[in-house]
Amino acid sequence: MRVMAQIAMVMNLDKCIGCHTCSVTCKETWTNRKGMEYVWFNNVETRPGQGYPRRYEDQEKWRGGWVLNKRGHLALKQGGRIRRLATIFSNPVLPTIKDYYEPWTYDYRDLTNAPLGDDFPVAAPRSLISGKPMKIEWSSNWDDDLGGAPEHGGSDPVVTKLRDEIGHRIAFAFEETFMFYLPRICEHCLNPACGASCPSGAIYKREEDGIVLVDQDRCRGWRQCVTGCPYKKVYFNHRTGKAEKCTLCYPRVEVGLPTVCSETCVGRLRYLGVVLYDADRVTAAASVPDEKDLYEAQLDCFLDPDDPEVARAAERDGVPHDWIEAARRSPVRALISTYRVALPLHPEYRTLPMVWYIPPLSPVVEALTETGFDGEDAGNLFGAIDALRIPLEYLAELFTAGDTRPVRASLERLAAMRAFMRDVNLGREPDTSGVLAAGLTPETTEDMYRLLAVAKYEDRYVIPTAAAGDARRLEESALPDECSLDQAGGPGAYEHGPFGDDSGRTSLPLVTLENFHLLSRRQRSDKQEDL
Amino acid sequence: MTVLLWGALPYIVFVLLVTGLLWRYHYDQFGWTTRSSEVYESKLLAVASPMFHYGILFVLAGHIMGLFVPASWTNALGLGEHAYHLLSLYGGGAAGLLAIAGILMLVYRRRTNAPVFRATTANDKLMYVFLLGAIAAGLVAKFTHSTPSHGYDYRTTIAPWARSLFTLSPDTALMAEAPLAYRVHAVIGMVLFALIPFTRLVHMFSAPLQYLFRPYIVYRARDPRRLGARPKEPRGWERVDT
Repeated sequence: MRVMAQIAMVMNLDKCIGCHTCSVTCKETWTNRKGMEYVWFNNVETRPGQGYPRRYEDQEKWRGGWVLNKRGHLALKQGGRIRRLATIFSNPVLPTIKDYYEPWTYDYRDLTNAPLGDDFPVAAPRSLISGKPMKIEWSSNWDDDLGGAPEHGGSDPVVTKLRDEIGHRIAFAFEETFMFYLPRICEHCLNPACGASCPSGAIYKREEDGIVLVDQDRCRGWRQCVTGCPYKKVYFNHRTGKAEKCTLCYPRVEVGLPTVCSETCVGRLRYLGVVLYDADRVTAAASVPDEKDLYEAQLDCFLDPDDPEVARAAERDGVPHDWIEAARRSPVRALISTYRVALPLHPEYRTLPMVWYIPPLSPVVEALTETGFDGEDAGNLFGAIDALRIPLEYLAELFTAGDTRPVRASLERLAAMRAFMRDVNLGREPDTSGVLAAGLTPETTEDMYRLLAVAKYEDRYVIPTAAAGDARRLEESALPDECSLDQAGGPGAYEHGPFGDDSGRTSLPLVTLENFHLLSRRQRSDKQEDL
Repeated sequence: MTVLLWGALPYIVFVLLVTGLLWRYHYDQFGWTTRSSEVYESKLLAVASPMFHYGILFVLAGHIMGLFVPASWTNALGLGEHAYHLLSLYGGGAAGLLAIAGILMLVYRRRTNAPVFRATTANDKLMYVFLLGAIAAGLVAKFTHSTPSHGYDYRTTIAPWARSLFTLSPDTALMAEAPLAYRVHAVIGMVLFALIPFTRLVHMFSAPLQYLFRPYIVYRARDPRRLGARPKEPRGWERVDT
């Protein structure tokens, strides 16, 4: 057993209202630079829908992730090492800018500079790629809220698969349709295919927290990672010629702050916490023969920090004490392993993703209520799960490689919790049969309710800081390790390096992280004077 | 002039190449990339780029064999002068034609595709002049001095000169009597080598052969010195106020 720690995320899809705040704040933070116009480290997709980039889930076309070869060993779907080096001069399966969308801006100058005339001046769209006037035909959220679904709905690879393989047709008629939102970031996989396909070895998984990062100095722009990642969450910066990806906001996570997408989530649907896993079991778990066993196999990789043997092994393997402590209180571990309501996204890619999702139940309740039944009655709810507006099969294709049992079990627990807590809240004697049948107890149900519905800030985000020993240096208010006059713009700063602006050794401005304790007090407090 | 071109220039080029590479490696890891334009246009690139790269790799192999393997060694292997000439003419010629067809398509693509052209720097244009010039001059030299039955035997003049460079006693007289076309090719080629560290061509020195031998997943520990305040080192993020 080799214990490693990973910062993982769970998203509760029931609560996502599709407001795209996470995408916008992420973009403002990380990808508002030239060459990154089309890059969304975080994006929110309407499902059913094509996703971003278009039809990225169609791995027969894009060749992402891992497959088992004839001998039953893991191999990259895009091909072996020699074959990929041989095709390195032109990656045959690289999405081009058109598969994402051509980013544009508007020629606003015309609005003020156009000569006086009979027509109102307009700001014509201009491509940020070619600089020429362009026709806007697609973007990252063109099919948001099922926009164009009658035309494009069939292009969703999951819809196609359901139709072709099990003959299940997804309805797109207005009265029969359904949708939910799927926010996506990098999965920070236990078995990352992007890193495995990087010829330079620039993509690495951090030993301390499992965050998968691109070393910008080592990346040489071979573009294999873009193909390797089945979630298409590694992007090519076309200006710098380097790959970039979601960093899980590691500068924030290192000081105990949640990621920007989590922090700004309006629905408060994201959870961040530590998961301990056994690194020795990863390869075996990713290579189980049946895709449908991948969910269980990944669950088996996770370790129980309350087990004294695991805690001892974690200490031995260098996991800091406060990380083990955080793993015990981890909301992510609770939702994944204890309550078993969270499921991985596309486990069939065999990358062992670490951003998990609680499948959406709300549309069932709504649909039931509309038909005149009591939507929150346990009996009604259980019966309705199989007749969901969101077909169970669709969710199963997303989260469990097509196996509907774990999805049903998760939805049943959520339904049981609703029915049970309604009785509690109405002061009635709660009927425990539902929760017991779903594999819960009244106590765990109340804990789960607190985590999912009350969802206090400190319950949602349990993030240990990078290292207790470095804690003093991590706060900007603490003694800086250099003269404060040296920062950019200060009197001690260099104007230029010897070879121009970006060359040589210059200092960057200190990043203003809002004072950690001030911020956390403001976010967690119920008292007016702290706000 | 003879001494300058054939006695001094090779060493100047060598020094520029080595110090340039060291300088770039030290100062500009972030700029060390292929600067691929495949996301803009892939159809033409899918044909032209492998054509050029495989062509130029074969050309490189041919040059190493022609310049640095003495004729006596190939003779010892049973490869006679005429057989070697045919190999050089047809093998080398084919590789050269492959490379020049590829690069012509790449230049055409670069000029006609608006996003690709927009991403082309002055540095790139200079590099293309010398790269295209070197390949074209090489092909001209080869094809104007060869027939299937007989060809200019550079292994008695140019190759001994090239090998004499290693002993620090360059035999410049040998080179002075080589045909003009070969001399032009050699000069353009040497300038091109000097340009490598300062252009995108530098990516040839990061050919990822180590990928064949490393484990798939790379784990790296966080550098404790990197926590907190950022280290003083050049980074590629552009400044917000520009």
